[in-house]
Amino acid sequence: MAQILLVDDSVSMREMVSFTLKEAGHDVIEAEDGVQALDAVQDNAFNLVITDVNMPNMDGIMLTSKLRQLDSYRFTPILILTTETSDARKQDGRAAGATGWIEKPFDPDSLLSTVDRVL
Amino acid sequence: MEIDINLSQFHDIFFEESFEGIEIMETELLNLSPGAADKETVNTIFRAAHSIKGSAGTFGFSEISDFTHNMETVLDKMRNNELEITQRLISVLLSAVDSLNNMLISHRETKPYDATLVENVSAQLEKLSSHTTTVNTSSRHESCSHEKQAGGTDDSPEQRWRIGFFPHEKLFYTGNDPLRLIRELQTLGDFAIKAEVDNLPDFDDLDVHNCYLGWRIQIQGQITRAQIEEVFAWVEDDCRLEISREIERRSTEDRRKSPNQSGRRKTDTEHRSIRVSTDKIDNLLNLVGELVITQSILNRVCIDQGMDASDKFLECLEQLERNTRDLQEQTMSIRMLPVDNAFQRIPRIVHDLSIAQGKQVTLEFTGETTELDKTVLEKIGDPLVHLVRNALDHGIEPPEIRTSKGKPEQGTIKINASHEGGYVILRISDDGNGINPDRLLANAIEKNLVAEGEELSQTQIHNLIFLPGLSTSDEINDVSGRGVGMDVVRRNISDLGGTVDIWSEQGVGSTFTIRLPLTLAILDGQIVRVGNQIFIMPLHSIKETVIFNERETNTVTGKVELYKYRDEYIPLVRLHELFNIEPEENTDKPELLVVFDIGDKHIGILVDDVIGQQQVVIKSLETNYKSVPGLTGATVLGDGSVALILDVLGLAAQHKESDSRVHTG
Repeated sequence: MAQILLVDDSVSMREMVSFTLKEAGHDVIEAEDGVQALDAVQDNAFNLVITDVNMPNMDGIMLTSKLRQLDSYRFTPILILTTETSDARKQDGRAAGATGWIEKPFDPDSLLSTVDRVL
Repeated sequence: MEIDINLSQFHDIFFEESFEGIEIMETELLNLSPGAADKETVNTIFRAAHSIKGSAGTFGFSEISDFTHNMETVLDKMRNNELEITQRLISVLLSAVDSLNNMLISHRETKPYDATLVENVSAQLEKLSSHTTTVNTSSRHESCSHEKQAGGTDDSPEQRWRIGFFPHEKLFYTGNDPLRLIRELQTLGDFAIKAEVDNLPDFDDLDVHNCYLGWRIQIQGQITRAQIEEVFAWVEDDCRLEISREIERRSTEDRRKSPNQSGRRKTDTEHRSIRVSTDKIDNLLNLVGELVITQSILNRVCIDQGMDASDKFLECLEQLERNTRDLQEQTMSIRMLPVDNAFQRIPRIVHDLSIAQGKQVTLEFTGETTELDKTVLEKIGDPLVHLVRNALDHGIEPPEIRTSKGKPEQGTIKINASHEGGYVILRISDDGNGINPDRLLANAIEKNLVAEGEELSQTQIHNLIFLPGLSTSDEINDVSGRGVGMDVVRRNISDLGGTVDIWSEQGVGSTFTIRLPLTLAILDGQIVRVGNQIFIMPLHSIKETVIFNERETNTVTGKVELYKYRDEYIPLVRLHELFNIEPEENTDKPELLVVFDIGDKHIGILVDDVIGQQQVVIKSLETNYKSVPGLTGATVLGDGSVALILDVLGLAAQHKESDSRVHTG
């Protein structure tokens, strides 16, 4: 059981990921973009952050590097949700300090097994 | 533990979100101008496409995902300045948005869509993206520090692998843990491991956040190189990885462990907003309506009984009244949406139409944040679009004509929304040619809508435009003449309890002013009495109430009764006759005539008494009983009795029908 922060501007993806994680017994807090996510980490100690890349206000890459600058999130697993074609984005994510990625499209099972890799 | 999740439960949200994305794409595409690439605009469009692509794939709509991928490729090139933004490019993207919309609709309704059209647009998109200098899309992860072994077939049954894994010191800073990777590797087959501690510094120099260890691993089983690479995929840039293979014959099972799952637990999460079905809100609104009625009954009871109640009791009652009113306002505000929801379709229409007609038009919106009831908002879209089409089609002149008149080449259509009293006012104005009153009048006479020689004021002539069967354009074209006339526009607006007025000056332009109630649920009513019946009239369209004088009535050809009101003859409606009500006898009180403003015209309704004004909650007759001509609904009054709400516009229309029968017959 983990406290997970889920960051995605797409409501449907948020609902699906959040529902799946909760079914697996995790606590999920949702944020719509990087700015909201940085707000949310003020009040919560998350064991894992899952973030989309393309978002308004602050994207997932920027969020990742900002989180890595926070003392309490230096070593926290951060997974980025990305599309399979965007290798360049994966590189960006890794450069920013992301732990790994989940490739879209994904099904609930592969989501959970990826999450289990880092928890 | 396998978790069984039915993805179709998210489809509704996916569709809703994708349609929002489509609106964003359309709006922003129309904001793009050829030549200048506004990076933020392109980014916004890209994000919308990207988001649809990702979700569509996840929810199993692979064609949508593939199609959006093509759009995304083009958009990506636009934002990297690899593709020049041209009118043609924008047009192709707009048709792609249309195709996407169609695909989404057909998936939602599980109907087939026009695949050839989609393919056609796809081909155009691909052509666009191939126009540029080819960009390398790196397909596989490459260039990591491990050396690939040539020649080995990866799928042979039994493999023994030697792996050297030497993480960089800063590995922990990506949230990756060597232990996790090693455990994962362990699940692949028979496993042996030895740690390399050569790089471990003296204890005093040791930084606990750094990784100093390396590992040599032997693993055997039905394992492919790809499986091993997959384990290290996230860290390939953060380590030195050596993978080499030995051939060995020994069978081991591939024991892929299924992930561990802990028990289910649902927890509350924070939400900034929630989605609620409109039915629930409507029920709530209805209940609040009932509460308002009960409240006024309570007030009435207090007064009727001459309640000598204690101050405390009255104080409470007042408090309750305030709370009820606040509750009602708050509940109604839930249904309120910014009016720009109704403006969404307009830029696209103006864009397409101005290209088709070779006109140049700037569209200006103001007051988009003005809020309006959702139902009103949904129903005002079509009339608005019609008025804007008309403005562009009949109003705005072609550039050369405009220049010859000394006007700027580019025409302007302004759409403004604002609050005025309890109403929302929408103004659609253009700086086009205005209405030619002579032609309009001639047209109306020719179609028998106006009697030859009838004297009409300028305003009355302009208002002829709302008559059924009248088209101002000499030729009906396929833009404004699509069978929907201005009469329908007016009818739609009056169905919403609103009015529409026109102002026009030849050569200068026209302005249509739509006045809409904030909500359809509540009406400011004038309570009137006819015999022993109580009726409610919409207060907003009452012009004045005058004392009725039987001598001023006049019957035209024995059928239609007119009343001489000031200098004009206005249609007269006697509610007694219409609803078969016993008239009052032996009364010396004069009857009253309530005069209504219906657009340019007036209509008089005869009543016995005018009682008072009250806000009433409208109850539909159709849902509770059946639709009755001349009535829009009913309401429950403070004393608990039911009163019918008059449909003044309907009454006027009935009158007009019999009126025209007289003319033509």
